[in-house]
Amino acid sequence: MSEEQNKPQENLPAVNPIELPIARKGMFGVKGTGDTSGYGGLVVRRPPKLSSPRPYGGPDRTGEPGEFDVIADELERALGDGFHDAVERVVVDRGELTFHVKRERLVEVMRHLRDDPALRFELSLGVSGVHYPHETGAELHAVYHLCSITHNRRLRIEVSCPDADPHIPSTVSVYPTHDWHERETYDFFGIIFDGHPALTRIEMPDDWEGHPQRKDYPLGGIPVEYRGASTPAPDQRRSYS
Amino acid sequence: MTALHDETTEGKVYTVNGQDWDELVKQISESSDRHLVVNMGPQHPSTHGVLRLVLTLDGETVVEARPVIGYLHTGIEKNMEYRTWTQGVTFVTRMDYLSPIFNETAYCLAVEKLLGITDRIPERAQVLRVLMMELNRISSHMVAIATFGMELGATSVMIYGFREREMVLDLFEYITGLRMNMAYVRPGGVSMDLPAGAVDKIGEFLKIMPKRVKDMRKVLDENPVYLRRTRDIAYLDLTGCMALGVTGPMLRAAGLPWDLRKAQPYCGYETYDFEVPTETGCDVYSRYLVRMAEVEESLKIIQQALDRLTGPELKGKPVMIEDKKIGWPSKLALGPDGLGNSPDHIAHIMGTSMEALIHHFKLVTEGFRVPAGQAYAAVESPRGELGAHVVSDGGTRPYRVHFRDPSFTNLQAIPATVEGGMVADVISAIASIDPVMGGVDR
Amino acid sequence: MGLEEKLPSGFILSTVEQVAGWARKNSVWPATFGLACCAIELMAAGGPKHDLARFGMERASASPRQADLMIVAGRVSQKMAPILRQIYDQMAEPKWVIAMGVCASSGGMFNNYAIVQGVDHVVPVDIYLPGCPPRPEMLLDAIVKLHDKIQNTKFGVHRERQIEELERRALNPLPLVDDRGAVR
Ligand code: SF4
Repeated sequence: MSEEQNKPQENLPAVNPIELPIARKGMFGVKGTGDTSGYGGLVVRRPPKLSSPRPYGGPDRTGEPGEFDVIADELERALGDGFHDAVERVVVDRGELTFHVKRERLVEVMRHLRDDPALRFELSLGVSGVHYPHETGAELHAVYHLCSITHNRRLRIEVSCPDADPHIPSTVSVYPTHDWHERETYDFFGIIFDGHPALTRIEMPDDWEGHPQRKDYPLGGIPVEYRGASTPAPDQRRSYS
Repeated sequence: MTALHDETTEGKVYTVNGQDWDELVKQISESSDRHLVVNMGPQHPSTHGVLRLVLTLDGETVVEARPVIGYLHTGIEKNMEYRTWTQGVTFVTRMDYLSPIFNETAYCLAVEKLLGITDRIPERAQVLRVLMMELNRISSHMVAIATFGMELGATSVMIYGFREREMVLDLFEYITGLRMNMAYVRPGGVSMDLPAGAVDKIGEFLKIMPKRVKDMRKVLDENPVYLRRTRDIAYLDLTGCMALGVTGPMLRAAGLPWDLRKAQPYCGYETYDFEVPTETGCDVYSRYLVRMAEVEESLKIIQQALDRLTGPELKGKPVMIEDKKIGWPSKLALGPDGLGNSPDHIAHIMGTSMEALIHHFKLVTEGFRVPAGQAYAAVESPRGELGAHVVSDGGTRPYRVHFRDPSFTNLQAIPATVEGGMVADVISAIASIDPVMGGVDR
Repeated sequence: MGLEEKLPSGFILSTVEQVAGWARKNSVWPATFGLACCAIELMAAGGPKHDLARFGMERASASPRQADLMIVAGRVSQKMAPILRQIYDQMAEPKWVIAMGVCASSGGMFNNYAIVQGVDHVVPVDIYLPGCPPRPEMLLDAIVKLHDKIQNTKFGVHRERQIEELERRALNPLPLVDDRGAVR
């Protein structure tokens, strides 16, 4: 990692803990420094969490006010004064618009997005969970991708909740398709969607312990048990280093 | 046997294990309860893979249907977090195993978006992607119709379908070296160019296939038995589709011409001439018609793609991005002992260019870095919108990859389509959704 | 198994073995146990080009009780494993298992929490068939090898001796590569 990249950039506050470089280490089964792949010394910088300034532009990234500004304006009009309370951050990145919404206001925002004639995001493409263990107080994220067939636009909604209180209101009442998607996110990340009609595991067996796609869950590590004898988990059986 | 049933809050619940039928029939005929809960799957020849259904029946009528999934959960999304970006292709191709090229393309489009190189993908690679995707669409639809026939007991349809699919697989094998799970599309382009003779083979395929499709349509389109089993079965209208997030042929069979290839084109689809077939029946038969029409449209697109590949503009052009830090360096070639690095390439990196060797080594062992951020890219797979939500934290491995698989979402439509219908129609309903459990469970 | 078990050892038993083996190997009824990508290749093997019917195997049995060969085609998840075992237990003796593909043989590339690292943790496997997915031709080869095994299955006392012999050989495996000489 070069000098230059570890230096704080001028336009950002110098001691932003979110920006400190982190080290990602190791492949599956590699312990200590037995790394033959070059991953071990890898240092990665986190992107700063900033709000994009206006104008947001559109998917074509021209820098002129565009489609994204229209969506934001319309949502602002629909929510009234509550917009700045409900939408914590607006991020425009790689031709995609993301609203970071407060979890308390999620259902209301979603309902406006679906029903308002100027917005009309009638198709939801489901929920995707992401686990950021380093973001204290907002470890678990639920990401919703919406699509408007009427206006042919896309939008991403991101909601976060702390690991200690993993609750996000369910949006099944707005988008019935979220039924299975929320169950899946619960299964993999342990986010509890309040108000979901039947929040049970969907992919893993019902009696499974833990939420396997969280970052603190090992990739392997399930001993296979059969007739009293158990075969150790793969990461304890084999070693790549 | 005395305690065959338990008293529960929902009434008497009988548990049947086989071999106690006489007892059961006696007990049931004495009681007034009407509902029978039947477990179907996950190992059942008609459930299209390892899908399990819990059906509550009132006689022959389905009162309630509950799909249970997860029997093929493979943890692919998590496994990808431990491999490089390029290796991720090898994983995604095994998700929805009937449409591997679509998985790869969706993933690669998302990674390319994150890298910011979408505009720098060589034209020839884009055309090759389109060509492969459309070939794949044909093979996937052929299996959809073949398994549909098989599940309804029409073995000849299955044999036709698999014969046609085999032709596509032969092409795939000739082009990529593998029949399935080929990991052909890579971030930055495709893994290799068409081998010599591939164009002729595809040309031959394009000559035979329309006739075969016609034959299949002759067997099925007007077949009275087939019509009885498919017309007005598993009705799901546009409102239902929208609410349940259903996309693909099911949505187009409800009358909405929503096809990402037209609506939000990728890989240069806006430059091809093709139609988006729709039907308005909202039933199994309409979905079949849409699929067949799509196969015909795909043939058109393949012809156009082939013309471009052989045309003067794209002939001999690169198929991988001209960026030594991203483009997969190896040049694969079909040798006498199978697919591998071409002798020329090995001579180049080992003998003449130290720099090429370094790039090769770095990319193969460590991979490239992807700037932090998240991206979503979607393609129109044979089953609907296939989206890849890819998150990077700036490293050489994905931070999180999530696939929005159309089979997963479309399966939610089972209760809406089968409840109130006959139990035999459940099979038609599932087959018309054409779920691939590998995609559902990932 | 049946009456043939009771026959005295010697010439008659050997003949019965041969006849029964010949009959069995030519009428293997596979239970459909398609799981993932490999199942598609399994179906392709039953299709017109590869034509499993040549081996008397076109009758895929939907009910495990009428099957004697289980082709585990695909990755077995932790959720599926108990079901797999149940199906196996429901099959009538004699029964054989082919682990088709690397996933069924060893977990393959999915070395993770969700996949059982090889079906041999759950059921005894007769033939391991590598490949991802194995081509239909490879499956046919595996089936021919299995036929050989079925043909040469012994009965009664012979069977006991055969098991002993196999056990002895398994305990003293020779290295696959002769590593005499100064390699190290
Ligand atoms: S071995 Fe390969 S083809 Fe077979 S199930 Fe596993 S991943 Fe799929």
